[in-house]
Amino acid sequence: MAIEVDVLKRVPVREQEAKVRATNFEEVCLGYNEEEAMAEATRCLNCKNPQCQKGCPVAIDIPAFIQEVKNGDVAKAYQIISESSALPAVCGRVCPQESQCEGKCIRGFKGEPVSIGKLERFVADTAREMGIKPEGAKEKKNHKVAIIGSGPSGLTCAGDLAKLGYDVHIFEALHEAGGVLVYGIPEFRLPKEKVVKKEIENVKSLGVKIETDVVIGRSVTIDSLMKDEGFDAVFIGSGAGLPRFMHIPGEQSLGVFSANEFLTRSNLMKAFREDSTTPIMRPKKCVVVGGGNVAMDAARTALRLGAEVHVVYRRSEEELPARKEEVEHAKQEGIIFDLLTNPVEILSDEEGWVKGCKCIRMELGEPDASGRRSPVPVEGSEFDIECDAVIMSLGTSPNPLISSTTKGLEINKRKCIVADEAGATSKTGVFAGGDAVTGAATVILAMGAGKTAAKAIDEYLKTLD
Amino acid sequence: MFKILERNELAAHIYQMVVEAPRVAANCLPGQFLIVRVDEEGERIPLTICDYDREKGTVEIVVQSIGAETNEIAKMQAGDSFADIVGPLGNPSDMVHENLEELKKKKIVFIAGGVGTAPVYPQAKWLKENGITADVIIGAKNKDLVILEERFKEVSNLYITTDDGSYGRSGMVTKCLQDLVDEGHHYDLCIAIGPMIMMKFVCKLTQELNIPTIVSMNTIMVDGTGMCGACRLTVGGEVKFACVDGPEFDGHKVDFDQAMVRMKQYKTEEGRLKLAQEEGKTHKGGCGICSD
Repeated sequence: MAIEVDVLKRVPVREQEAKVRATNFEEVCLGYNEEEAMAEATRCLNCKNPQCQKGCPVAIDIPAFIQEVKNGDVAKAYQIISESSALPAVCGRVCPQESQCEGKCIRGFKGEPVSIGKLERFVADTAREMGIKPEGAKEKKNHKVAIIGSGPSGLTCAGDLAKLGYDVHIFEALHEAGGVLVYGIPEFRLPKEKVVKKEIENVKSLGVKIETDVVIGRSVTIDSLMKDEGFDAVFIGSGAGLPRFMHIPGEQSLGVFSANEFLTRSNLMKAFREDSTTPIMRPKKCVVVGGGNVAMDAARTALRLGAEVHVVYRRSEEELPARKEEVEHAKQEGIIFDLLTNPVEILSDEEGWVKGCKCIRMELGEPDASGRRSPVPVEGSEFDIECDAVIMSLGTSPNPLISSTTKGLEINKRKCIVADEAGATSKTGVFAGGDAVTGAATVILAMGAGKTAAKAIDEYLKTLD
Repeated sequence: MFKILERNELAAHIYQMVVEAPRVAANCLPGQFLIVRVDEEGERIPLTICDYDREKGTVEIVVQSIGAETNEIAKMQAGDSFADIVGPLGNPSDMVHENLEELKKKKIVFIAGGVGTAPVYPQAKWLKENGITADVIIGAKNKDLVILEERFKEVSNLYITTDDGSYGRSGMVTKCLQDLVDEGHHYDLCIAIGPMIMMKFVCKLTQELNIPTIVSMNTIMVDGTGMCGACRLTVGGEVKFACVDGPEFDGHKVDFDQAMVRMKQYKTEEGRLKLAQEEGKTHKGGCGICSD
């Protein structure tokens, strides 16, 4: 083998150079080629009691698939992953592996953990290029299941149920399936045509039908799906798409957007392309408020549209909720981090356009109940950041439309649907999972919830026979 | 795909279409809207529902061509299909949930301006079907721009007013309302739908006349399901999303000046220049989507 492997270090993955990628929407990480993947796979110790698998929310048999990569059998590796995951090309790219599978890897105690995510991605990408599809159901079962939402939890739940032989229909409010994978996560992290569309086609190839342009609660209700359209069970994976704002003066000025709006325009509506029919503001100097992955995505999108970008976050670097890799990438691309800073007012000119953001310095106080040190404003430390756009990335909460139009569906005070560990809600035959239950979280946790719910739905449907 | 079964030009640049959209037709109520996308490359455009036929599974939309995307819609003919129609969106008008006996005691006046005439129709029709005949004021720039006259006559007491006096009464809708009140009409509720500037001035007048007023806010929208906040506006000091909290609001609580400023977000210099070249200086400003 041409690549020399230092067992303590990962085989490096090729990336677009920071200066180049800051000006385009092409994928930043280029992934492993076969040689690199096989070399990295040799670092896996093939543990008898694999900790990595415990760190994976959908419990992929990681050592088994990595052994197949080592042997050069991608098809087999893909089938092993497919038993647990419906979207490996997505998860290999967007999972926070450092706190999941790779965080538990024994290699990581001394040296760097095995690049499990990059290997998963290699397998999924290669399988796609080879035209390998997941295996469908052998026999059909006589029950119809409705899945509300085509994001990660819905796709996973749908895929698992289809493999069990159920007749599965997904209902999606937007014109394209994928949820946050199409409207939220940008092209440069997750290519839409090449990756997302193909993964959704794989789910469809299992027999799942997807009806877009259906807003549950408006176009049709869950009650009527069950009563009039013959669905025996329903899974709600509608996510948490309602953006929060700060409610500070000036927030209605021209040039203030929710990250959801900015990213939806760019990702779903392709407004980053010059020939797009959907407009997007191309700021000169932009403030992004927040420190999560969505804030990083919004900041890096604004940068690629030509802006100087400041990420304004009220805590310090250590508390940034975004993935380390994303923060590193953002820094390399030239994003400026104004930490321990919080906006107090958006300033606008006489025509209503944003001209600046009045901020206050913060310091970290005593740890709160959750153990996080809460930020406290430093009196008299206000200062202005000149800018022409502000993107609010403060988190999202579930849309109340479904819960308010479904009889007997319990929600908690944060408007999240109440579901037990298996995903069962207060309404018989109705299950839920993902951000609709937990509030905004990660793609893989949503997939895990979709998987668990699929099992519970299968058990429930068996009781109807 | 959502097929166009019928297409008519109602007035210059205003087109009516009957479109197959079974899920929307089955569930829509007066006051709601929908979002269309012409093709795979298209923008999402909110349009009002002018009528619906539950049995045939069709909805009727009215669109005015004012920009790149609505020009594309205007070019579509019967037999063509929209890539996407999603809806119904927004809340139905309060009237559909109200106690009918209480509603019958109220004297209602609708004020419709320009293409805002279309969404008034299903409301007036719904009232007529429930035994209530409302007054409707339609305002247009001139005779040629009056739309849906015959259909409104069937379901309401219709008053038409034109800015230049070329048809019906003369003057703006606000003058017409004031005149009707002066002539002895009493109203318990006013529902105004049209350009923001019209709704603003109607609200100013009805506040003086002490008539509770509902307006339908036609803000910029993207998804229309509450996930982006592009359509946000201030009502009674609170931030609301027009697509999920509205589109109908208490007109006396809406911050119209702010809402009109927000309509400028995507108006480009080039766009304004192009419009001026194509149409000359016919625009008097105040439509809420220009900077004049």
